[in-house]
This record gives sequence, C-alpha cells and structure tokens, in this order.
Amino acid sequence: MNTSTTDAIDIRDAVKRYGDFTALHSVSLSIRDNEFFTLLGPSGCGKTTLLRMIAGFEDVTEGAIFLFGEEIEKLPPHKRPINTVFQNYALFPHMSVLENVGFGLEMLGHPMQEVRKRAGEALEMVQLSQFAARKPAQLSGGQQQRVALARALAPRPKVLLLDEPLSALDLKLRKAMQIELKHIQRDTGITFIFVTHDQEEALTMSDRIAVMSSGELQQLGDAREIYEQPRNTFVADFIGETNLLPVTVDEVQGGRAACHLPGGQTLTCDASAGVARGARVHLSLRPERVIVAAQPGVESLKATVRENIFVGTDITTIVDLAGGEEFRIRTSNSDRGRARIFEPGAGVFLNMEQGAARLLTD
Amino acid sequence: MAAKYDLRVFPGFRAVTLFCLAILYAPLVIVTIYSFNASPSITNWDGVSLRWYVDVFTGPDSEKFKYAARNSFIIAIIAATVATCIATLAATAILRGGRFRLRTVSFGLVSLPLMVPEIVTAVATLIFFNAIGFDRGLLTILLAHIAFCIPFAYLPISARMQGIEATYEQAAMDLYATRTLAFRRVLLPLMTPGIVSGFLLAFIVSLDDFIITNFVKGAGVETLPTAIFGAVKQGIKPNIMAISTMLLGISVVMVTLSWLVSRRDATK
Amino acid sequence: MAGGAASGGSSQSDTYAGARVWLLLPAWATLLILVVAPVGIMLVYSFLTKEFRGGVIWEFSWEAYDQFFFNRGLFGDEPPRIEWTYILIFWRSIWQAGVATLLSLAIGFPTACFIATRAPRQRPIWVFLVTIPYWVNLLIRTVSMKFLLRDNGPLNEALLGIGVISEPLHIVNTNLAVQLGLFYSYLPFMVLPIYAAVERYNFSLSEAAADLYAPRWTVLRRILLPAVKPGIVAGCILVFVPSLGSFLAPDLLGGARNFMIGSLIEEQFKGNAGNWPFGAAASMILLTLVLIILLFSARQQGRQEAR
Ligand SMILES: Nc1ncnc2c1ncn2[C@@H]1O[C@H](COP(=O)(O)OP(=O)(O)O)[C@@H](O)[C@H]1O
Ligand SMILES: [Mg+2]
Repeated sequence: MNTSTTDAIDIRDAVKRYGDFTALHSVSLSIRDNEFFTLLGPSGCGKTTLLRMIAGFEDVTEGAIFLFGEEIEKLPPHKRPINTVFQNYALFPHMSVLENVGFGLEMLGHPMQEVRKRAGEALEMVQLSQFAARKPAQLSGGQQQRVALARALAPRPKVLLLDEPLSALDLKLRKAMQIELKHIQRDTGITFIFVTHDQEEALTMSDRIAVMSSGELQQLGDAREIYEQPRNTFVADFIGETNLLPVTVDEVQGGRAACHLPGGQTLTCDASAGVARGARVHLSLRPERVIVAAQPGVESLKATVRENIFVGTDITTIVDLAGGEEFRIRTSNSDRGRARIFEPGAGVFLNMEQGAARLLTD
Repeated sequence: MAAKYDLRVFPGFRAVTLFCLAILYAPLVIVTIYSFNASPSITNWDGVSLRWYVDVFTGPDSEKFKYAARNSFIIAIIAATVATCIATLAATAILRGGRFRLRTVSFGLVSLPLMVPEIVTAVATLIFFNAIGFDRGLLTILLAHIAFCIPFAYLPISARMQGIEATYEQAAMDLYATRTLAFRRVLLPLMTPGIVSGFLLAFIVSLDDFIITNFVKGAGVETLPTAIFGAVKQGIKPNIMAISTMLLGISVVMVTLSWLVSRRDATK
Repeated sequence: MAGGAASGGSSQSDTYAGARVWLLLPAWATLLILVVAPVGIMLVYSFLTKEFRGGVIWEFSWEAYDQFFFNRGLFGDEPPRIEWTYILIFWRSIWQAGVATLLSLAIGFPTACFIATRAPRQRPIWVFLVTIPYWVNLLIRTVSMKFLLRDNGPLNEALLGIGVISEPLHIVNTNLAVQLGLFYSYLPFMVLPIYAAVERYNFSLSEAAADLYAPRWTVLRRILLPAVKPGIVAGCILVFVPSLGSFLAPDLLGGARNFMIGSLIEEQFKGNAGNWPFGAAASMILLTLVLIILLFSARQQGRQEAR
C-alpha cells in the first residue's frame, strides 16, 4: 500500500461492529489536507460512528485510520491532534467562556499567559470577545455553538471534526453560520470534516462530499458531481429532488441507450457503464431540467397535468405519465416560467434538456 | 485491537465497588454464619446447629425477648400506619396543592426529623414528655416513632406522586368524579406502590430504632433493640446473634419487598 | 436524602389546593408537637437549674452553658478559665466524624461512579445492593462490626491465618474502630447522592475534555468532579451530621476513652448521676452546629444552582 503523506485522513477498509450489528461496512476514504470535507447521509447511517473513530472514542473493528500517513489506532483521544465540535456543544458548565476556549491549550502545557492570549484570539475569530467572562449557560444557542467552535480551533488541530454542529440552530442562524464556518476553514487552512444529514447544507459548504447510507459509502465527489452525476438511485434520490422511473433498455449503441417505460413510451439517453440490452434500470430526471410544452422536443414524454403547486420561487407541476407514473416538474416563478404553466387536465409534452436523463443501474 | 477508549470507565473503580460491598456485607454475613454455631462460645466454631434459635424461643431469656419483640412489632405497625397516612396527606397537599407560601416550610417540617441529629430528637422528646408530665411507657415510644417515621414514609410516596401526571385526576374530574372520588379511585391506586414502599420503610425504621426508644421508654419497658443493647453490654452471646440474624432477615425481606413494589409502575 | 422535592417543576398541579389545610394539618400538628415544641422546651431546659436526681428545678440559670465552657474551680469561686473537657469532646467528635466522612468519600465516590456508569437497567440493582445494609438495624450492624473486629474475631483470625500479621490487631476500643463504625453506618448516604449526580452528568463533557488533550484522570479532576460537586457536598453532610451525634458506634466500638458528644449527652439522662440542663445545653450546641453546617451547605447549593 502506498502511504500518501498529503492526505490528512486516510481511512482504509474501516469496519465497525457493535456485537453482531455492523455499523460501518468496509469504508475507505481519503480526506485531503486543507479540505472542507462533508459526510452526508440520513440519520443512523454511521456518520457519528465514523467521526468518533477518527477522534479516538470508538475502536476500529477492522481496517485502519491514518493521520498524515501515521496510523493513529494506538493513540488515545487526548494524544490525537484532532479536535471535535460536539453536536450538543459539550461546553464545560463550571468554566467561563475563556476558560473553556483555553482548556485545550492548557492541557497541552502552554504557559497560562499564552493560553489566555490564544484563547482570546480564538474568541475574536468567532466575534465573542465581549462574552469571555460569562458562563456557557448565559449564552444563546448560537453563541454557545461559536464558543464550541472557538474551543476546538484554539489548539490549532490538524483536523477539525464537526458533528452536525448547526442542527440545533434556527434556519436563519444556520445559514449565517454556514458561511462563517466556510470562511474560518479557508482562513485557518485546517482540514474540516463536517457531518450533516442536510443535503443542501452539504452542497453549499463542501469541497468534497461523501454520501453514506446504511454504513456504506455511496459516492464521493464534489457538489456538482454528486448532484449531476449520482452514481445510484440512493444518491440521486437523497441529493435534491428527482423523478425515478423504472425503465427497460431496448438497445445500446454509440454511447446512447434506447429504453421504454412500463407505459410503453420510449426515450433515448446517454448510456452509463453497465447498461446492457434488456436491463431493468432506473431513469433519473431532475424536475428543473424538464420543460412542459404543448409541442414535443428532441426527447419527450407524453403526460397529463394533474396539479400546479405554488412554492414561492418555483411552481411545481405534477403530471401523470401515460403509464400512470407520477412526475414532478419545477418551473421558475418568473414571467417566462409562468408562460409554460398549463391548466390541470391538459395533455402536454415533457421535453428533456440535453443530458438531463441519467440511467442508474442500482 | 485496542479496547475502546471509554471515559466512563476508571481503572480500579470496579475493585473499589466490590471492596465497598464486601465491607458492607462482611459483618452481616459473619454474624449470620456464627448464629448457626453449635458452640456456646462465640470464638470457637463447633459445627452447624440451630440451638441458638431454639434458645431464643425457649431459653432462659426467651420471655424477655418475646415481650420485647411483641412491643417492637405493635409499635412498628401502628407507628408506620399512622406515619404513612400523615405522609400521604401531606404529599398530596405539597405536590397537588398548587403554589402556596408555606409549601417549602411544610416540606422542611416534614423532613425535619432527618436533619436534627437523632440524639437531639431523643433528648428533646424526653424533656418534652417530662415537662408536660406524661408518664414514660409504650405510648411515649409510639408517639416519638410516629414523628420520626414521617419523613421515611414521605420520601417514597412523594417520589411516586411526582411521577404521576396531574392529568389523570383531572381526567377523572372531567368525567364527573368529585375531588374526593378522583383521589380515591385514581390517585390512590396509582400511588399504591409508593405508599406500600413508604409503609415498609417506616416499619423498618421504627422496628430498628434504638436511640430515641432508649430515651423515651419507661423503666422496665423494652423493645427488641433496647433488649439487645442491654444484653450486648454484658458481652456478645450466641443467642444475640440468632436474634440479630432474624431481625436482619426481616429487614432485608421488607426492603426487598418495598423495592420490588416501588419498581412496579402502573402508569406504564 | 432531604432532596428538593419541594422545588418541583413550573407546572404545579393544584387539584387539591382547596383541601390543603386539612391535608397538612396532621403532619403539622404531629411534627410541631413532637419535634418543634420539644426542641423549644429543650432550649428552655438548658437554662434551668439542675435537680440532683434527674430532672430540673424551674429557676433560670446560665449554669449549664457556663459549665460547658468555663471552669471556676471546685467550689465555683475561682476566676473562670476555659474548660477544655467538653470542647475537646466536641472536637474529638468533629474529628471522628470528619475522618469517617473522608473514608466514606474515598470508597463511596468510586462506587457511585461505577454504579452510575453501568447499563441503565443494571443500576437499580447495584443501588439496591448498596442500600440494603443501611436498612438493617444500626445496633445489629454495630454489634456485627464489633464481633468482626475483636482481637480474636474473624478478621484477625483470617489475617493471622494467611500470615499478613503475626499479632492480632487491636482495633476495638480505639479511635479507628469508631471511625470504621461510623463509616460503616452511613456509607450508603455517601454513595446515593453522588450516584444521582454522576447519573445526571453528561459524559460527552468528558469526551470533549479528552478531545482537548486531557488525560483520563485530568478529566476526572477538572470536569467530572466539579460537575458532581453538589452531590459530593450532599453526601458529606449526610455522613458527617449523623456521625457527629452518633451514640452506638462510639459506645460499643470506642470504649470509655473514646467518648463522643452522643455519649456525653446520653450520660446526662441516665440514672441519678445526670444533669438535665447540661445535657439539654450540649444538645442545643450540637443542634446549632448541625444547623450551621446545613445552612452553609444550602447556601452553597443555592449558589451552584444560580449559575
Ligand atoms: N454504542 C452503540 N452500540 C450499538 N449500536 C450503536 C452504537 N452507537 C451507534 N450504534 C448504531 O450504529 C448506527 C450508526 O449510528 P450513528 O453513527 O450514530 O449514525 P448517524 O450519526 O449517521 O446518525 C445506528 O444504527 C446506531 O443505532
Ligand atoms: Mg449522528
């Protein structure tokens, strides 16, 4: 095996079992230095478990974890240059904000003068200098969150782990913190491993995203790749909104596949690897990449409009395909978009944009 | 494979816990074992026998112990019953009586016997009966025990009542029950485990009390603990160990019952 | 044990608010008549003149307190000097109770931590195991302890048998025996409140500290201990206060030379040699001491909660 020293964290075939329940099935991941890396997946898929293995609170049943090329399995948590922002913050209630933030530096044996200075700097970074003397209980949720962040950043760890740090905040504060976190990551150059179950949050913040489900890694890539080229139905469905239609492949030729829907309508799209004649696969179509029209386009499906739903910036149109499948289309709520809205009951064509349809084998 | 780094685990704490339990149980276990000793001397072991148990019931001291045991049980039953009733009513007022000014004071008063050192309570009670010219005897012991048992009955009862949501009796009253009926038909049955538990604890406390009893008992009146104390003053004899073991057995059985009852939760 | 059942949640039910006077009456009557009034009368008695055959003469006198603190010579006509006898007995009691408290803490804290970190369903069983002995008659327990610790008792025989010692240890009738007896009497009182505190403690704080480079025992000292301090204080008080006024352990295990307050007080009410006003005064002083400790700790706990 080659040990790439540039990777901050290298997880090799990590397996985690609790008794006979397997929480992680052989996960392999490399997280680059200076990267904002996100673990994304539904609740219970093993994100926290993986993070706790990196931090040192859970042992690795099989496999290994490397930090800058060094195996860290033998190191207890307090000897790993890795810090965590805990989901519930875990601020020490009997210490002031400044004491909390300075705790790590103090434990590393820095002189108290330096501890105070650097803790103060960390607090400044999260704009909480004026609250240094307060107790955590005297802060709002958002402020506590920032103290937790400052506390984990103050010792300048090589890797910072964040376990759903924003989940307890309200929407507006969460959005603001997403941007702030991103800036702090860029300014400090520390590798962030960020855990969330919120796909939108993951897409906004991350350099790269690992999508997980049931203890397995589903796809690894940047936000665009994951959104536009989902590798399987789980990723397509979990990231953003999509229409998944079961189709049968009739013909594969020149990188294009011709298929038909259960209702008999046919469609041609880019063939992905592993698609062969006769295969029963899924077709994924993002709702915003389909246009409702009175006339057919290059690739079209016939449908009947059921309902138009106004959702602020967009209008969602639900249509029934000839085979009875439900299909959703999203049209921007602009003058141009509104011109394309049809009354319920109208027969319409769903025109695909170039490259909008993706065939997924599993 | 390194073991999980678990911060709930402290090396050595398990050993200390086992040591702690050993300290707690060693004397009791040893006295129990020696109560079955056939030898008339407490130092030698002469094989297993029940002779000292027989001695307790038929031996030269048996009349004294039977008399003391009768007193002890009568006092314990009455004191525990009265204390439990008083504690149940007080808990209802304190936990279901809304906010009122004397609430904290009432709670403090109920737990007062736990805060005042027992010897002080004993002295005060003795002086009190002396000052009002009340002759010392079984009745003075009983009265003192009632007061002293109230907090022991109160604690499990109130713990239980705190676990019962007020919506139960409100629902009963919504269905046309009067307050009294809601108490009798809904609150009381739900509280039964707490009440039984409180009664049993009060019973043990009364049965076991030595210091207060020793002060307020009249001349010639004995309960089991005072009789045992008197006998122990002349040296530990094997029949004392047999009595102790029986008393110990009663306490353990009662506490176990109380524990099992209080763990049953009718609301689940 | 006197935990804050009174300071319930904000949603205070008032179903029986109308009847609360009647519900509380029996408790108030019983406790006012049988506890509060007697303590009041005891206070009065401590200022009366002693009757030589037990009891009091209804005549005001400072005598009892004077005798406690001052020595005026055999005939009471010398200038007062501080009388150390009784102060020393109090001091010895405080010392004995203090040592017993520390012993209980040393054993009780690890035990409480251990129990609180078991699987939730196992915890009640452990707690139950620790509490059973408390419910066994204190007299019987103290006698058992004496039996165990005797010069030719099972402990010495066992130690001699395995060759740890060559001479029996003399424990009974020493200060150590009293300390062990007190420790044994009230150990569950130390374990229970600490257990309750550790059980409520959020162990992710410990993980946060370890994550910030604190080794395991530093986590214990810097994070866990401060967080469970209220439980520790409560446990110490619950052991210290009853130890201070205890009678059985010093009487049965300590022998005549290891007198404590309890024995001093008891003696004043035995037979004809007693001095009731003096016993009442000693009881008042003990009660005052205890109340000061309780008030002090209540203030401490209050400050903790205010944070
Ligand atoms: N200590 C444990 N013992 C047994 N199962 C556990 C333990 N911790 C987590 N699990 C299980 O492992 C799976 C993954 O949990 P977790 O990593 O917390 O998920 P996530 O953080 O993605 O929501 C869950 O099914 C959970 O029930
Ligand atoms: Mg999680």
